[in-house]
Amino acid sequence: MASLDPVAGAKTPILAVDHLSMRFGGLIAVNDVSFVAARGEVTAVIGPNGAGKTTVFNCITGFYKPSAGRLALFHGGAATPQELDAVTASGLSWGRTGAGSLYLLERLPDHKVASWARVARTFQNIRLFSGMTVLENLLVAQHMSLTSAGLLNPAALLNLPSWKRQQKGAMDKALYWLHQIGLMERADDPAGDLPYGDQRRLEIARAMCTNPVLLCLDEPAAGLNPRESAALNELLLSIRRDHDTSILLIEHDMSVVMEISDHVVVLEYGCKIADGTPQEVRTDPKVIASYLGVEEDEAAVVEAQVGA
Amino acid sequence: MVQPPVADLKPEALPNSDLPATGLPGAPSLPPPVQHQGASSVIRGAFTDAIVSGLLTGLLLLPLVGFRATESGSGPLGLTYRFGLVAVFAGIVAVLRLVLNLTVWRRGREVKVGEGPSAFATLALKAAPALRPAFFSFAIAYPFLAILLSGGLSPSRYWVDLGIYVLTYVMLGWGLNIVVGLAGLLDLGYVAFYAVGAYTFALLSTSVPVNDFFAGHLGEGFWTAWSFWLCLPVSGLLAAFWGVILGFPVLRLRGDYLAIVTLAFGEIIRLVLINWVSLTNGGAGISSIPPISFFGVPFNATDEGFAAKYGLDFDSMHRIIFLYFVILALAALTALVTIRLRQMPVGRAWEALREDEIACRSLGINTTLTKLTAFATGAMFGGFAGAFFAVRVRFVSPESFTFMESAVILAIVVLGGMGSQMGVAGAAILLIGGMEMLRNLSFLKADFLFGPDFDPSLYRMLIFGFAMVAVMVWRPRGIVSSRLPTIFLKERKAVSATLVKEGHG
Repeated sequence: MASLDPVAGAKTPILAVDHLSMRFGGLIAVNDVSFVAARGEVTAVIGPNGAGKTTVFNCITGFYKPSAGRLALFHGGAATPQELDAVTASGLSWGRTGAGSLYLLERLPDHKVASWARVARTFQNIRLFSGMTVLENLLVAQHMSLTSAGLLNPAALLNLPSWKRQQKGAMDKALYWLHQIGLMERADDPAGDLPYGDQRRLEIARAMCTNPVLLCLDEPAAGLNPRESAALNELLLSIRRDHDTSILLIEHDMSVVMEISDHVVVLEYGCKIADGTPQEVRTDPKVIASYLGVEEDEAAVVEAQVGA
Repeated sequence: MVQPPVADLKPEALPNSDLPATGLPGAPSLPPPVQHQGASSVIRGAFTDAIVSGLLTGLLLLPLVGFRATESGSGPLGLTYRFGLVAVFAGIVAVLRLVLNLTVWRRGREVKVGEGPSAFATLALKAAPALRPAFFSFAIAYPFLAILLSGGLSPSRYWVDLGIYVLTYVMLGWGLNIVVGLAGLLDLGYVAFYAVGAYTFALLSTSVPVNDFFAGHLGEGFWTAWSFWLCLPVSGLLAAFWGVILGFPVLRLRGDYLAIVTLAFGEIIRLVLINWVSLTNGGAGISSIPPISFFGVPFNATDEGFAAKYGLDFDSMHRIIFLYFVILALAALTALVTIRLRQMPVGRAWEALREDEIACRSLGINTTLTKLTAFATGAMFGGFAGAFFAVRVRFVSPESFTFMESAVILAIVVLGGMGSQMGVAGAAILLIGGMEMLRNLSFLKADFLFGPDFDPSLYRMLIFGFAMVAVMVWRPRGIVSSRLPTIFLKERKAVSATLVKEGHG
């Protein structure tokens, strides 16, 4: 079983990607990729441009339907291989397990990946609601918890006290995240007016407002200066520390990858070429050849840059 | 938004405005250029340009307008000469060019760059809290003002009717605003829901079996007296149902494609109404719809009527004034529900959908359901307005529900500023009221202007079109273009139109 492969053997997996393939016509963007992201860890997916990293992300978050493969997400704790096989064979998109429940993400539409399986994501090119204020962005993110009583909840329509309490809870949560990302002063400004680095952090806070078990970040450090990048590391580490959220991220900035990730998966031309701890990956000759640098002397320079 | 202080360097005010370097921000500040030379040359240039344009216009119009073939009796065609008219047109062009050259087109005129909410938007925002109560108090007082100013019940009929007419479009605009302004779904077939509402009421109220059923249980005349009040919610629900029916096939469509399918939907409904003769009586329409009652009390001269019951002298205007207040209440309901929905998750989801649909889905928002609720809610208010239309006119036919109606309602929403309620109300008053006022241009028939043969009402649409173009040039995002946030922590700041998306369908 790929979900119980030796790398993650000692840890509880949260996401098991099994033999994932994605074809666009004749182009194979992702070819038989398997890896496991462990609970409470930061898993980084790296690789050269066009390696299929974002495609893997889009498959996990339901924006693409994979051509083949299984994407199992575990709530509570890992499922046994028997439970996983039983749910896979049942044709359902989710099932209860001894430890909690498991979701087969490839069978869920995108909004249910977010609302049921509780996988949140950010985008490579920031997608904020730019005409809405920072606060409104964080409230829209809590749509699912606020509409648990129905989209046209009579209590909300009549503004009853029960609704006001619920609304206040949502507001408190939004303010907590505003505080976390240091944007309290700009709560009433339109999101589109924020500087780039603030927009990146706001997008992460917005994703966190959905109460995710898995947070998928597509190049969160792209376009950030070193100071903003350091603040981002701090934010991601605090999310891992204080919240029951595991992180999966795509990143080119090796300082971010090496500093905060516990586990690195390297893709090239849609195939996985390495998988392990940052140290293991950094010294892997295949990774050095394909991503970190081609020739020996160049590789030495690159290694020096990433802190070897 | 604080502008960097570069405005003191106006390159166009310099003798040679083509020098780019002096216009760069941060370049050393030059002394203000001497204006006199420039001013006289500007005026000379403007006059030259005006004369040349006037001459060109005259030259062009000479063969087009200057000669006219006229029939004299049964004889051959004769030529009449209208050189005076050509001169008038040339003069108009020359004067307009001159005025424009000296004002808007003058070189060196400071061009304001739109950054952040404009002064107008800020002003509107300041006035916004007072504007809404002012609008509603005026709307409540309007029929009484009309009676006072026109001097009696009967003479005020025209003005109260106009008020009803305008308010119907205010309500339709607010209904469509939910779909187009909030959810960003371009709907060109809104009139379909108006038609569904109108026909629902028309068919149910004139239906003999329904009448017999209620006559058997609740007494003769019950259905005639109560049909509007019972059919109103039914009309709204059926329109909402058709909103969902339309919503399903168009969920995957965006932008132009969505617009075309909704346009087709509007036409389909109209064609069905024309061709399903056995149900809808086809193009002949449905007449003798029972009039509105004062919650069961009819407006007639009998002892049971409204006037007798409340000790008034009978006047047919009572019914008209009551109709005015019914549409005012329906419009207010639309406004209040929309305001409330905007502050609820569903309203925020509509606006988020307009901003970015993919981000919505990544947050777990079911965009299918969200779009359908927007279509259904908008359609429901269209249905209410339709039922009202049927009870006011007491006759419905497919001719009342042409594409032109959809276009006018959409124009109201776009002109008002998508998403803004006061903007939409203002646009409805401007468009519908203004169009009506253009009928009253009889002063143009004066001898020294166009003569008694001139019919100004024929030029209504032309003037209307020009006015639309002018407003869209002046305020491309509508009268009220900024967006008011639904919630705030410390201060409610308007969001500039440059940041707010228009939606992709």
